Amino acid sequence: MKKLSILLKGIIKENPVLVLVLGTCPTLATTTQASNALGMGLAATVVLLCSNVCISALRKVIPDKVRIPCYIVLIAGFVTIVQMIVKAYAPALDSALGIYLPLIVVNCIILGRAEMFANKNTVGDSALDAIGMGIGFTLTLFVMSSIREILGNGTWYGMPIPFLKDNSIAIFTMAPGGFAVFGCLIALVNKISKGRAIKKKEFGCSGCPSAAVCGKLDAGREEAQDK
Amino acid sequence: MNNLILSPSPHIHTRQSTQVIMRDVLIALCPALIAGIVIFGVRALIVTLVCVVFSVGGEWAFEKCTKRAVTVGDLSAVVTGVLLAFNLPVSIPLWQAAFGSLIAIVGVKQLFGGIGQNFANPAITARIVMFLAFSQSMTTWTFPDAVSSATPLELMKTGVTDNMPSYLDMFLGKTGGCIGETCALAILIGFVYLLIRRVISWQTPVIFVGTVFVMSLILGQDALAQILSGGLMLGAVFMATDYATTPRNAWGKVIFGLGCGLITVLIRFWGSYPEGVSFSILLMNILTPYIDRWTRKKPLGGVRA
Repeated sequence: MKKLSILLKGIIKENPVLVLVLGTCPTLATTTQASNALGMGLAATVVLLCSNVCISALRKVIPDKVRIPCYIVLIAGFVTIVQMIVKAYAPALDSALGIYLPLIVVNCIILGRAEMFANKNTVGDSALDAIGMGIGFTLTLFVMSSIREILGNGTWYGMPIPFLKDNSIAIFTMAPGGFAVFGCLIALVNKISKGRAIKKKEFGCSGCPSAAVCGKLDAGREEAQDK
Repeated sequence: MNNLILSPSPHIHTRQSTQVIMRDVLIALCPALIAGIVIFGVRALIVTLVCVVFSVGGEWAFEKCTKRAVTVGDLSAVVTGVLLAFNLPVSIPLWQAAFGSLIAIVGVKQLFGGIGQNFANPAITARIVMFLAFSQSMTTWTFPDAVSSATPLELMKTGVTDNMPSYLDMFLGKTGGCIGETCALAILIGFVYLLIRRVISWQTPVIFVGTVFVMSLILGQDALAQILSGGLMLGAVFMATDYATTPRNAWGKVIFGLGCGLITVLIRFWGSYPEGVSFSILLMNILTPYIDRWTRKKPLGGVRA
């Protein structure tokens, strides 16, 4: 049961994009077309799975002080492998994703899961976490890109949609439309989960690295005490 | 004793309410609406009605859904609808006009907390959203004389000024453009009415238009045509004087008008778009809180915070 919840929490409850708000840059940039978004989601999922497993297996070997550079080296290795595979077998996707494919190295979801999960949990759990988070990421990208492509371009997966093709709202494929759809999806997920995920300590203000110097945290604490 | 009210200043009250102000603005908009119908035909009225219905309906529906007090009665949504329609070409598909109205009311006004809480002018922002969303139909102009093929601003932008309409035609609005923006005469009538009724003060519109005029003169452009064309008059009188999104005191209004004028000139002469009025007002809307802070009056004996 616990294993299942590790797997499933990435989809809604701790969705990496819509609840943890990680990996925003590729989310906004690659969701203009459903096909690109799916490719991006799958590529990031593969990297996430490999890096989570590796980092979890090496968590007792890597010294704590230099863990971030170690993670980055591992992640960069996997990204290079994925990039070569995509270049070889799906050159169209490679040119469509452009710089965002190599930029998976600095995707916050992958580093975030390494920090938040893989370096504290077993290999099996980390693999499940990676798969769950990967599905959550891919699903979010897919939903967001579908909305943007259908409304903004009148097509879905490249196929024209009869009525919408002639009445497209181009702003959805532009940056402002991306932000608008992103915000609406965050609101929707908050509504579904009733904002529970955000109240959890490690994702809230007190989980922030700058918590010690931030005035907001004290205000929040007082508010909580009042309740 | 019940008539005694203990309250902080200000102690002087007027009978002005939001509803009275908005009614005055609507009256001031009437000449431009009539001019729009005369110049572009009955469809101008239909577009305006669609925008008003969807603005008011959108406000009512949103406030019902979120269980807030319904503020449809203050007429501000009607003003937003009319202003948005005035910023659209007459040939705009009606569903696009309805979409823009909902963006203005729900997206720009209600999501930020309703009347008085929005940081940007709803009609201007919705116009820009529509401009980006429907670039084709937002720049398909209808021409009253059936000869021209470009608006005066587009002509001046390309430098081919053989077909430029006369100053009188531009003053009377017999040129291509949006529904409510072409007739400078009608907008000026509305401006005078608003001044007499003390709904707006003169600073922003006069400085705004004046800046564009002077800058055009300095840069060797046709200054008179610049101020008579595009959405300058409409924007300066009705959009740059919105209470919620522009500075409160006189010097603030001067700075606001100056900034609007400069940005308009920059976009018109060096930008890729022919018109920059809506962008200039939106950008200055964002600066308004800072302008208000710079121009805050020091109370007698007080220390500047």
